[in-house]
Amino acid sequence: MSLWNKHAIFEKNSIVLLIGVLIVISIGGLVEILPLFYLKSTIEKVEGIRPYTPLELAGRNIYVREGCYNCHSQMIRALRDEVERYGHYSLAAESMYDHPFQWGSKRNGPDIARVGGKYSDDWQRRHLANPRAVVSGSIMPGYPFLAKTPLDADKIDQDMKVLAIEGVPYTDEMIAKAAIDLKAQATDDDANAADLIKRYPKANARAFGEQKGVITEADALIAYLQSLGTAVDFKIYDDKANMR
Amino acid sequence: MSTASPDHKDVDAHTGTATTGHEWDGIRELNTPLPKWWLNIFYACIVWAVGYWIVYPAIPLATSFTKGVIGYSSRGEVTQELADLQSARAPMVKALAGASFADIEKDPKLLTFARAQGKAAFGDNCAPCHGAGGGGSKAFPNLVDDDWLWGAGSLEDIQQTLTHGIRSADPEARAGNMPAFGDGVLKPVEISLVSDYVRSLSSLPVDKAVDLKAGEKVFAENCAACHGDNGKGNNELGAPNLTDQIWLYGSDKVTIAEGITKGRGGIMPNWGGRLDAGTIKALAVYVRTLGGGR
Repeated sequence: MSLWNKHAIFEKNSIVLLIGVLIVISIGGLVEILPLFYLKSTIEKVEGIRPYTPLELAGRNIYVREGCYNCHSQMIRALRDEVERYGHYSLAAESMYDHPFQWGSKRNGPDIARVGGKYSDDWQRRHLANPRAVVSGSIMPGYPFLAKTPLDADKIDQDMKVLAIEGVPYTDEMIAKAAIDLKAQATDDDANAADLIKRYPKANARAFGEQKGVITEADALIAYLQSLGTAVDFKIYDDKANMR
Repeated sequence: MSTASPDHKDVDAHTGTATTGHEWDGIRELNTPLPKWWLNIFYACIVWAVGYWIVYPAIPLATSFTKGVIGYSSRGEVTQELADLQSARAPMVKALAGASFADIEKDPKLLTFARAQGKAAFGDNCAPCHGAGGGGSKAFPNLVDDDWLWGAGSLEDIQQTLTHGIRSADPEARAGNMPAFGDGVLKPVEISLVSDYVRSLSSLPVDKAVDLKAGEKVFAENCAACHGDNGKGNNELGAPNLTDQIWLYGSDKVTIAEGITKGRGGIMPNWGGRLDAGTIKALAVYVRTLGGGR
C-alpha cells in the first residue's frame, strides 16, 4: 500500500494539490484539444464553403441574440436516424466560419443544420410570427416583432472585420461593399445582386419579406436560415476521403 | 472491511481502524481504506482505457492519429448502416420504381410499403407546411381533398411537383403566379367589384347593392385568361377553381381583394435535390392515397 499512500502529500498541502490538478488538466488539454488545431484531418477539404453574406451575418446575429441555439442544434450527428431525417451528417468544414459555432446541445426543436431551402420564405415568415399558425403542435415561441423591426445593420462591416481577424476570409472589398451587398441581397432584382453572387456564390438574393423598401430583422434571419447547410454539394462530396 | 494500516500506530479502539494521525480538539480522523470492490473496478477501468486506446482511434500523432486495430470510424459505421438499409429496401424500392399507380393499388404489399415510407418522409419534410395529416393551412394547400391546383392529381403530376417544386429555384419548376393587379392594372374600385364577383361565383353572400355585372366585366378582361371564363380555374397554370368552397388564403372579401392587389405566389421547394427518387415516388403514392385524383 505504500505507493498509494504517496498521495498523502497532495491531500495535506493545498498548493501541491492545486499544482497537481493543473498538471493533470494541462495534459488532458494538450492531448485532446491541441491536436485539433494542427491535424489536417480536423476540417475536411470541401468545395463551396464561403463566409456568410452581410445579410446572413446580420441574421445570424439575430439568431444568437434571440437564443435560438437554446432549442435548435445545427449538428447532424453521424447516426442513421439523424441522417435519414435531416440529411447528410454535418461536416466540421460547414461551421468553420462560425464564430462561435451554433452546434447547440439541446433539441427542444428539430436540428436546423440543413433547413436552407427546405421550406419557403413565406412559411418561414408565418412560422416565425406564430409557429402554431402552421404547425399546430409546436411549442416554439412566436417572434412577431422581428417582421416589424427594421434591421439595424449599419455596423455589420465591423462584425466582418472582427471575423476577419478570427480567420474568416473576408476581403477588404467584401467589407467595403457590406452595406451595398446587404441591400442587394434583400431586394428583388437589385442591380448589385450579380456582384453579390460573384463575391458570395450561391447566395439567395430576393425580397425575403413582404414590406417593400424596408429590410426587417425577420428578412435577415430568413436569409440566414435559407443558407444553412446548402453550401456543400453532397452529390459530388467524397465520403471516403473523410472517414473518421 | 476495516483493517489497521501498518503505517500508523494509532488505531481507533471502537472500530479497529487506523487513524490519519491528525487530532483536532481531541477528535481524530479515521483513515478508512476504500472498499476492495470499488478499488478493483477502478483499476479495471484503467486497464479498459488502455485497451480502448489500442482498439479504437485515440492517440494524436504529429500529422495524423492512431486508427485503432479494428479500423473503426463513426462515419464509416453510419455509411455502412445506410448502405445496409438501402440494400434491405432495394427489392421493394425497385418494384416501386417500375410500377404505375394502378399496379401499386393492385399490390397490397407494394401499397403498404409505399405508404409507410411516404408517411415517414411526409412527417419529416412536408408536415410543417401541409400539416401532420395533410390538412394544410392558410397559404399551404390541403392534400386530403381531391382539388388539385397543379395537374389532375395523377401520380406523375404529384411526382413532378415534388421533384421540381412550384415557383422554386428549379428550372423545371411549375411556374406561373397570380400577378399583383394593384400595381397600376386595376383601380381599387375595380378590385372591390371583382372581389364581390368572385365571391358570387361560389355562391357566397354579396352585398345586394354591388354591381355584379361590372365585376363580371373586370373578371372577363383580367382574370378569365387563367381562371377561365366560368372561373373554374386551370390546373395547367396553377390557377385555382374559384367556384368551389376550397380557399387557399380565405374566402372573405378582404383576403380576396388582398390577393388581387398584391398577387399570390406561394413556393413549394424542389425536393429532387434533397430526397432520392424512391422516396419521392413513395411520397407521391402516399399523397395520392390521401386525397385521390380525378
